[in-house]
Amino acid sequence: MKVEQISVFLENKSGRLAEVTDLLARADINLRALSLADTSDFGILRLIVRDTEKAKAVLKEGGFTVGKTEVLAVEVPDRPGGMAGILSALGAKEVNVEYMYAFVHRSGENAVIIFRFDDLDRAIGALKEKGIRILTGEEVCAL
Amino acid sequence: MPMFDEKNETMPRAELEKLQSERLSALIKRVYDKVPHYRDQMDANGVKPSDIKGVGDLSKLPFTYKDDLRKTYPFGMFTVALEDVVRVHASSGTTGKPTVVGYTQGDIKTWAGLMARSIAAAGGTKKDMVHNAYGYGLFTGGLGAHYGGEALGATVIPVSGGNTKRQIMLMQDFGSTVLLSTPSYALNIAEVMAEMGVDPRSLKLKVGIFGAEPWSDNMREEIEKKLDLVALNIYGLSEVMGPGVSMECLEGRNGLHIFEDHFIAEIIDPETGQQLPYGETGELVFTTITKEAFPVVRYRTKDITRLMPEPCKCGRTHVRMDRIQGRTDDMLIIRGVNLFPTQIEHVLMGIEEVEPHYMLVVDRKGSLDTIEVQVEVSEEVFSDEVKVLEALSKRIQGEIKDLLGVSCSVKLVEPKTIARSEGKAQRVIDNRKI
Repeated sequence: MKVEQISVFLENKSGRLAEVTDLLARADINLRALSLADTSDFGILRLIVRDTEKAKAVLKEGGFTVGKTEVLAVEVPDRPGGMAGILSALGAKEVNVEYMYAFVHRSGENAVIIFRFDDLDRAIGALKEKGIRILTGEEVCAL
Repeated sequence: MPMFDEKNETMPRAELEKLQSERLSALIKRVYDKVPHYRDQMDANGVKPSDIKGVGDLSKLPFTYKDDLRKTYPFGMFTVALEDVVRVHASSGTTGKPTVVGYTQGDIKTWAGLMARSIAAAGGTKKDMVHNAYGYGLFTGGLGAHYGGEALGATVIPVSGGNTKRQIMLMQDFGSTVLLSTPSYALNIAEVMAEMGVDPRSLKLKVGIFGAEPWSDNMREEIEKKLDLVALNIYGLSEVMGPGVSMECLEGRNGLHIFEDHFIAEIIDPETGQQLPYGETGELVFTTITKEAFPVVRYRTKDITRLMPEPCKCGRTHVRMDRIQGRTDDMLIIRGVNLFPTQIEHVLMGIEEVEPHYMLVVDRKGSLDTIEVQVEVSEEVFSDEVKVLEALSKRIQGEIKDLLGVSCSVKLVEPKTIARSEGKAQRVIDNRKI
């Protein structure tokens, strides 16, 4: 149900992002989803890959600070109001969204959005109650 | 702990002061006769050697500055013929010619004895394996510590600085028990040890004797935790002798005993030159009273500390100096606030999980001084959420502002981007064009 995401600390220097993707490419690791949060001083790159442990090891070896967190991959109906329905279901249960980003691939007729919540289990409950599908890590990687 | 020279180290104060006074007046006669610089200075100030009868007359004498040593480069301050000098050392000449110091056979023996006292004060004995990672060469650290270890009868590993992985291998294979290095290099060793997967508890290290650069009590805790040893502070400078001018004892671990049978210490106001009473903070000034080749009279060290006259539980009667807070010349004045890099270090080390590597970048934007504190982001503090990292920056900013009264910006940088020390750590980049 929960999907593992790795995060990488990046200084705002040209070429650093390319070094990350280059290290992963050389280790034959395919990126499933990614997002970059930026501030004036630094960035945080978040990645979903098939082999989290390997990616983490490769990046650490390359001198990066790497973290691991759990996120949810949620199917969102690809029509007006699709996202609104999900967010109101979460809001009703007082689940806070820390950040979210779209997945590259679609799941059938639906889009896939990656969510980071303050309370993961409460979010799972809220979404299930509304019959909203949450993808497993394997499903995400199979897309 | 057994002392190396108990008789002199525990000499009653009255006797010690009498000894100092005798040695001082003999010294002043000698330098007046032998060194034109001292004679000229004393004449210019209207002081005769016969005016100096004891320690109480010290303030009549003019100060000696590093610049005086440069003007007399290389051997102008020696009081003996060069043929009686058996060794020279020199301090780094980043701001001009180096300053050269010389030692007679007798000076080397005295120095070795004081350094042996220092290692013994840390609990070292002839049974110890002394891992000497101070640099060997013109710098006094390496050879000074080396001869002291031998004088004590310990086994000395003259490993010098650098090649950290090999150092760790030797520590494992030889069973090093006492580590001598700069505190910043000790942290570097700890870090490489962690990378190599070497558990410090598997080593025999029990005590570290760290000096040659200012460091904070929080850094001490960090080193003790990461290397699993007791970290003690040693002090010295080549102009006075080298390492072993003063040393913290294992029992007290609070301030460094100045070996007063060989050195007279004063604390002065660096602005006015006035002597300050015990306990007050100011610039440390030394007069060497037993050195033969290169004695100094009222030498301005530029190091900031205070003297602590209270008796110590170790039984030594020699006055203690507090750890060096900074130097008059690396004191940063940021928007009118006096600031030492060690103070910022103290704040950073107090924040759990912040790495002990930092850099201060000082600049002037318009007419305003700015200070940027660069801190490495370790795995412990890293988060995938921006707000967590921003909270860390704000916390560092807030604590520096609260404790030191200076606003700074904090820049989080990637791990290992701040240069590691293999000797003295560079902590400040001052880009101000004044």
